[in-house]
Amino acid sequence: MSRSPERLDAFPTHRIAGFGVRAGRPLPFGASRVPGGVNFSVYSAGATGMTLVLYRRDEVEPLAELDFPPEFVVGAVYSMTVFGIDAETVEYGYRADGPFEPERGHRFDRGQVLLDPYATLVHGRDSWGGQRRPLRSGVALDDFDWEEDRQLRIPSEDLVIYEAHVRGFTRHSSSGVDQPGTFAGLVEKIPYLKSLGVNAVELMPVFEFDELDNERHDPRSGAPLHNYWGYSTIGFFAPKAGLAATGRLGMQADEFKNMVKQLHRAGIEVILDVVFNHTAEGNELGPTLSFRGLDNSVYYMLTPDGYYYNFSGTGNTLNCNHPIVRGFVLDCLRHWASQFHVDGFRFDLAAILVRAPNGAPIPNPPLLESLAADPVLRDCKLIAEAWDAGGLYQVGTFPNYHRFSEWNGKFRDTVRRFVKGDAGLAGELATRLLGSPDLYRDRAPTASVNFITAHDGFTLRDLVSYNEKHNDANGEGGRDGDNDNNSWNCGVEGDTEDKRVLALRDRQIRNLLLLLLTSHGIPMLVAGDEFGRTQHGNNNAYCQDNELSWVDWSLAETNAGLLRFTKAAIAFRRAHPALRRPWHLRGHQGDGLFPEISWHGERAWTPDWSPGQRLLAALLYCHNEIGHDCVYLAANAHWDSRELELPALPDGMRWHLFADTARVCGQDVHQPGEEPPLADDHVRVEPRSTVVLVARNTEE
Amino acid sequence: MELEKQMRGPVTVIALNGELDSTTAPRVQQGLDELVPVHGMVLLDLSRTTYMSSAGLRVLLLVYRLCQQMGTRVMVSGLSEEVRAVMAATGFLAFFSVAGSVDEGVEVLAA
Repeated sequence: MSRSPERLDAFPTHRIAGFGVRAGRPLPFGASRVPGGVNFSVYSAGATGMTLVLYRRDEVEPLAELDFPPEFVVGAVYSMTVFGIDAETVEYGYRADGPFEPERGHRFDRGQVLLDPYATLVHGRDSWGGQRRPLRSGVALDDFDWEEDRQLRIPSEDLVIYEAHVRGFTRHSSSGVDQPGTFAGLVEKIPYLKSLGVNAVELMPVFEFDELDNERHDPRSGAPLHNYWGYSTIGFFAPKAGLAATGRLGMQADEFKNMVKQLHRAGIEVILDVVFNHTAEGNELGPTLSFRGLDNSVYYMLTPDGYYYNFSGTGNTLNCNHPIVRGFVLDCLRHWASQFHVDGFRFDLAAILVRAPNGAPIPNPPLLESLAADPVLRDCKLIAEAWDAGGLYQVGTFPNYHRFSEWNGKFRDTVRRFVKGDAGLAGELATRLLGSPDLYRDRAPTASVNFITAHDGFTLRDLVSYNEKHNDANGEGGRDGDNDNNSWNCGVEGDTEDKRVLALRDRQIRNLLLLLLTSHGIPMLVAGDEFGRTQHGNNNAYCQDNELSWVDWSLAETNAGLLRFTKAAIAFRRAHPALRRPWHLRGHQGDGLFPEISWHGERAWTPDWSPGQRLLAALLYCHNEIGHDCVYLAANAHWDSRELELPALPDGMRWHLFADTARVCGQDVHQPGEEPPLADDHVRVEPRSTVVLVARNTEE
Repeated sequence: MELEKQMRGPVTVIALNGELDSTTAPRVQQGLDELVPVHGMVLLDLSRTTYMSSAGLRVLLLVYRLCQQMGTRVMVSGLSEEVRAVMAATGFLAFFSVAGSVDEGVEVLAA
């Protein structure tokens, strides 16, 4: 080996606190490996001085404290290359000097060792629920061998999203995986995901958070509650160690990357639920972990007297449209897209990203414009939860730059209300079925992410089993969680042996699934809903790290019929381009057999939109090189059955039955391509039932 | 960490004894570079590897890539449950053919 360094800058110029150092490279921010050492770079607009604090892995007392000399500062950026340290075993933090003047927005505190906002590893919560050590920053290796992997770039109209909590997905003893509750455990379930037919997983928060950051207890059992969901970020660049089987060894980044690589091999995209509306630091009473101590008035929206605006409902609000924070968010997303090959992001309480530093909504928020146009993020799906806890509701009006899709809360509400039997909704359901062109006229139907359920709220099973939420176990006196659920228990609240009630619930679940999976837009399912997961009426299980919220895989056998139904409905969607047109459907006849969309009723071509009808019958059509694709959908939310005349097909074609939710389990659905023909050109739709037909050639 | 080489017929068996982490990795890497034969067969015996860090996993993968380049067939054997679990979770295991023991590995490679 050569004894002289290969680069002119690969040798120290100074000695500080016993370490050979030199002025570092300001970019990239964070800690990165360089020949012979590690380059540290951190910025603070308001600090008057900065100290790098180094630790040996797992040790409480610092190994050394290195003040940044003035010649190591460029602008507001402090950077230093430290030689002779082992990036694998070193942990670090910063002390920032500056005024403590809350009324002017400054909360510097040299007594605190702060996390690097750009830390690629966070140490201190190394295994889920394990010992709490002081939070320290770490340096991840970034040379993962991706081989030929890249983002999948599945067309949005072809996506079927599956929302899951990494831990909850495989933590239950019934999961049968070797590494329960982890990224590696999720990999073990890839064959299941493939068999289900979904092609994107949307992972609830995976950035480092503190699951023990909840002081409440279950009032009945006395058991401590968790911050299980993790919508409270500590480290935006760091995969959560406690979600990795190898977190205690500091290999969570490798484990996460392997998960993405394996999902990609199976044709499944990875979308991350990201929380840029607030941080885990809370309000002025919360802990100082990083941002508050580095540049409080930059990172947070502050009132004129220096308190925290709370548009997130969690104590503070990240100041997303401040130029520095914009850069931070953009750097973070680029990190996940480039380093982790992530395919998309779902922005929690995204309406906050529309607010100016004083909290007022702005029409062209620079952060969103930057994200939409960013070259690194070009192929990433961007999905907004287009509301916040401060009352800003932007479904249909979110500044989208033709890039953002939205969680369509109106789809959820309309479909729920229609299926439970509310009157006067057929017209609005028709609009929702088409991808909500009333909301997204100038965009594609894929602007609408359609969902019946999400992590927030009832599970699908509970939606048809409870009229009211049952959140006592959350320790908040039943005050938490949404009261406006549009749910219906089908006659009995909660558990019952009543076979008629249970049969109706089964049917309602299937009605909801069919409407979701035949609608234009991007459908999203929640993990476990495909086999009847229950939270026993809890509609806000954010703190329930236990069997209440973990996916119980034994239900896949108990409710095998429902699972089979869901798989078939997903396969049907994927088999029928008429359900996935990339533009808003046209109601006039082109040169095909039918218009792309037509409406029907008891008589074909004669829809009845009167409020008491509770019936929607639609024919979706497209013509491509493979042939004519005709799907007929009839949803009857009335308590009486209906006899419907079907649109006439050309000679040689007949209507075939794909699904009828009124039929007993086993006959309720047929495999796409194996649908049996109907006897004539009428179909009977039983009470509270949905029928889906497909036109096929008689000789098929 | 100590490297121990022995020939078992046509197969070069290299035992990695001790801890493979960022401290020992550069030396182990250099040692393996020298011991791995061109166009041959090599079996890495990890039965006495007591600890494997991320830097250690990278040494194994670099050896694998080196073998690919040189047309050398490579296997690993003697993985403890712990090492196997870590390699599986991080995806490193997928690159390697794994034998239960040195004897088994030699037999497979020499066949």
